[in-house]
This record gives sequence, C-alpha cells and structure tokens, in this order.
Amino acid sequence: MTRRIDFHLLGPLVALVGLFILGALLNPAFLAPANLSNVLARSAFIGLIAVGMTFVITQGGLDLSVGSMAAFLAGAMIMVMNWLAPITGENWSTILIGMAAALLGGVLAGWVNGALVTKARIEAFIVTLGTMGIFRSLVTWLADGGTLSLDSGLRGLYRPVYFSGIGWITWPIIIFAVVAILGEWLMRHTRFGRHVEAIGSNDRVARYSAVDVERVRLQTYVLLGALVGLATILYVPRLGSASGSTGVLWELEAIAAVIIGGTALKGGRGRVWGTVVGVLILSLIDNILNLADLVSPYLNGAIQGIIIVLAVVLQREKRPADA
Amino acid sequence: MIRRNLLKLTVAAAALSMAAGTAFAQDAAGAAEPVVIGVSIPSATHGFMGGLNWHAQQTIDRLGETYPNVSFVLATAGDAAKQVSDIEDMLATRDIDGLVVLPFESEPLTDPVKQVKAAGKFVTVVDRGLAEEGIEDLYVAGDNTAFGRVAGEYFRDNLKAGGKIVVLRGIPTTLDNERVEAFQAALEGSDKEILDMQHGNWNRDDAFNVMQDYLAKYPEIDAVWAADDDMAVGVLEAIAQAGREDEMVVVGGAGMKDIVKRIMDKDPQLPVNVTYPPALISSAIEMTALHFVSDAPMAGRYIIGSQLITPENAERYYFPDSPF
Repeated sequence: MTRRIDFHLLGPLVALVGLFILGALLNPAFLAPANLSNVLARSAFIGLIAVGMTFVITQGGLDLSVGSMAAFLAGAMIMVMNWLAPITGENWSTILIGMAAALLGGVLAGWVNGALVTKARIEAFIVTLGTMGIFRSLVTWLADGGTLSLDSGLRGLYRPVYFSGIGWITWPIIIFAVVAILGEWLMRHTRFGRHVEAIGSNDRVARYSAVDVERVRLQTYVLLGALVGLATILYVPRLGSASGSTGVLWELEAIAAVIIGGTALKGGRGRVWGTVVGVLILSLIDNILNLADLVSPYLNGAIQGIIIVLAVVLQREKRPADA
Repeated sequence: MIRRNLLKLTVAAAALSMAAGTAFAQDAAGAAEPVVIGVSIPSATHGFMGGLNWHAQQTIDRLGETYPNVSFVLATAGDAAKQVSDIEDMLATRDIDGLVVLPFESEPLTDPVKQVKAAGKFVTVVDRGLAEEGIEDLYVAGDNTAFGRVAGEYFRDNLKAGGKIVVLRGIPTTLDNERVEAFQAALEGSDKEILDMQHGNWNRDDAFNVMQDYLAKYPEIDAVWAADDDMAVGVLEAIAQAGREDEMVVVGGAGMKDIVKRIMDKDPQLPVNVTYPPALISSAIEMTALHFVSDAPMAGRYIIGSQLITPENAERYYFPDSPF
C-alpha cells in the first residue's frame, strides 16, 4: 500500500478526528459520556439506513424513498400496536408483533422498490421518487394530518429500547455497531458483496460472468428496506409518535453519509466502515454547532455543507494521479 | 356582489354573533343565488397545519349544511408553486365568487391573489400577509407579537430572580422573528437571562436533539420556551432522559390537545401554554361565507389575540377530537 492510497482511505477519518478535537476544545461537555451517548444514539437511525444505502449505491442504484418509508413504517407500526393493545394486552408480545410488522413492512416496501427497478426496468431515481411521495402521503393520511401516538402503557414498556442499554452504551448504539460490522463483513467477505461491487463497476461484465444481476440488485433494495424497518423499531420508542414530518430529508443525509465515507455515487466501490464515519461526521457537526456558539444558527446549514464538501475533497485529492 | 364596507373589526365575539343573526334572517328569507368559495391552504405537514386542515374541513362541512346555496372548493398544497396553480385553476374552472387563502409564502402568492381580486372576487387572506398591501378585502390572522410577548411576560413575572431560559426557535421566517423579538422585548430589563436560542424547526425530532445538547451544555436551566407544542413534546422527552424534570418548566405554544390536557391536570412541568389557534381558518371561512349570505360588513382586519392557557381556563381550549 502506498502512502497515497492510505490518505485516500483515511480522508473521512481525518475529518472525523478533526471534529472530535474541535468539539473537545470548544466545550468540555462534548466528551462527557452522556453527550457522546446522545450523539451516537441519534446517529443510529440514519446509520442503519446508510449501511443499507451503501449496498444500493454500490450496485449502481439509489433509493430516495427511505425517509418517507421510515415515517410510513413508524405510523403503521404504531397503528398495529394500538390496535392490538386491547386484544393482546399491554405487554412485550404486542411490541414484538409491532416490531415484526415494521420489519416485514420494510422488507415489502424494499421489495416493491427493487421489483419496479429490476423487473419493470424503471430508473431507480424515478421509482423511488415516486414511492417517496406515496409513503409520505400515506403516513399523513393515516395520521389524518396530525400525529399518531403510541398507547401510553405500551410506550412506557417500549421506551427503554431507545433510552437504556449497557451503561451509557444504549441499545441503538449497540445495534448500529453490530449492523455496521455485519455490513462490512457482507461487503468484504461474501459472494453477495463481491457481486454488488461487480455489478456497480460494470453490470454487463457481471452478467457475462454468470452473476444474476437483477436478483442481486433486488436483494440490495430488500436489505435496505429491512434496515429502514430496524431503524423504525429504534425510532418509535424515542418519542412514541409519527407524523407527516417524521424522517424528512433522511434520504439525503443517508446518501451524503455514504458518499462522504468514500463509496462512489456511480457505484462499483462500497465502503461500509466509511459510511459509519460519514454518519458520525454529520451528527457531530450538528452537536458541535449546538454546543458552541460559533456562528449564527442561520448559518448551520452552510457549515454542514462546507464540511461535507471538505470531507469528500480530502479523499478525492489524488484522484487525477489514480487515473 | 362586491361590498367595500371597510370596518375595523376588533371585538370578535360581538361582530360574529351580530353577523350570525343577520345571516339566519336572510337565509330564512329564501334561497339566494349559488355561491362558490375557494379555500386554499398548505397541506398537513406539521401538527399545527394538521389541526388547521381539520378545522377547515369541519367548518366547510358545517357551513355547507347551514347555507345550502354556498359550496366550497378546498385545495391543499405542499409548496408555493402548487398553491399558485390551485388558485389559477379555481379562478379558471370553478368560477369562484370568493377566495380564502393562507399563503404558503408571501412573495410568490401575491400576484396570483391579486389576479383573483382583479377579477372582482372577494379575497380573504389568512395568517401570512401578502407582500403588497391593500389586495385583500379581509385579513384574518393570529398575533405573533402577542404570542411571543405573552410567553415572555409569563417568564418575567413567574420565574425566580436570575432565572435562566433556553429558547427553541422555529423555521427561520419573519413569523418566527416577530415572535422571538417580542419575547426578548418582554424580558428586557428583567433579571431573567436567555442562555441560548437555536432552531428546532417546529419539529419534534429536531427539538429533541437541540434540547439534548442544551442539557449537555448548561448545568443550570430553569425554563424552556419551546414556542410550539410539537417542539415541546421533543423537549419533554429529552428532559426526561436526563432525569431533570424537576429543575425546569416548559412553555410551548399553539395549544396541542395533549399539552392542554396536562395543563388541565396541573402538571408542574407544564404550567401554562400560549394559544395560536389553528381554528383561525374557521373564523376566516365563516366570515367569508357571511359576506355572501348576510348584509353584515365583513371587510377589514381581524386579529385573533394570543391567550395564556392556565390550569383554570384550560378546558375552554381543549378539543379532544382535533388531530392537533
């Protein structure tokens, strides 16, 4: 490995470490376990989705519907649990059924996206732009324009899934870490991961090499749908509610995290650990801007934009030399 | 059919009851010619707008029964461009006699609404003013300055000396600026201190994140002005997570039913709330309908005051059936 490649790989990590140092210098509260726990747990929703998005983007696809899908699944999950509560009681079995509904719904929604892309052969951008609108409208319609709230008894039971864990390492952090490790393993060490990269590099060559291109593509959308379902399972216990404004712009945050992490937007090169770094960078910026009175809050978006572009510039610097 | 009786309406109840009386008299006198009123509002993307949509629908259903000759065209829009198209369609194809519009944004909607006015229709503008004055016949709005001032005055008069306040702002808009400036003005010269103001964008999740960061940053907070009940929900959850429920009070705004219920039940964490009623759309639709069915003058400006909801009067502001 040459030094150049090292730097290429480490670009996003350098940005992350820089943010950590900046945060610690600006406010000592930044490094307190409570704050780190908050930031990591908040990252988990986008993080889980972004890990799935890494596979979709790597095979050359895109999914714009994930934020709306999360909102719709959260709404549906809450309705299922509220409806079951009088029948099965306010206990864990009701919650487990709700969780199963969210996961199943995610798998189905991902399958619909994937099937429209691979079987009906419509551009992924258009398909998921369409389903983005559909899921968003459905949740607004389910909530009658307002907010769907989980039954308070179930809420009390379900709440610890977001807020507790092993010490300050809460369940969302643990699940995010496990999914990230599994995702990295899936991408690096399995046939599925190699096929995903091969299809993204050149789908025709992959097809000639006897890779079932459509099937692998469909699987990436289903995997992403399942991870959106898992994110929903962690999201619902936090505020116990879903509305038309849930999960707005999550899709762009997830895509940004994937690209910051070094995955190519045109496909072919996937890096799950990079995605995790990207997600952390995005949440740390928000956190640091809130903790320090650096700039007018009106400029928060500008700072985020600058750091996103910088993180990508860092890793792209020797691109001409590569080529 | 256009009446230009300009009257400054300040006392709502008196005007409305008087008008309603006249309306019934005329209604009884026989079926008048058919009237179509277009209603164009933003879609239900947020708790407050959800409530506003619900009240609009309720009012339309009720008025449709009361006045058989009046029919309504309701359109909701997700952005300003869609709203402009809605209004153009109403004018071109539905032949409306009156328009009730809550502009998504002031600038882009000013010209289309002006066209409606130029076509000789009765125009009611709700809540967000147009960029140009004198277009609308009737202006119905909440009082953003009072919304901020009432909350500020509550903190000024009820917080302990030296009390520390954190503020969650909405989406950066003139509306949000008016509220925050009035809030700051009410506290000026008092011994209360505003520690921080960040944008929670009238969104539960964003407010939750901002409040978590406030709690990490400030060891001592006595009060939170969440300025919106959707944000208050996120704020309360973040406070509960930190286990600091007993340290600070939270004042939201707009009167969400769950929050009003907790005020009714004398929750010490939620002492009061400030109204900014989504039902203001009902006032606007009702007064527009009255313009057509009665002789009561319905032109001018009608500003709905922001009231302080306390445990004593909370029952009056509690609408269990509303989605908000």
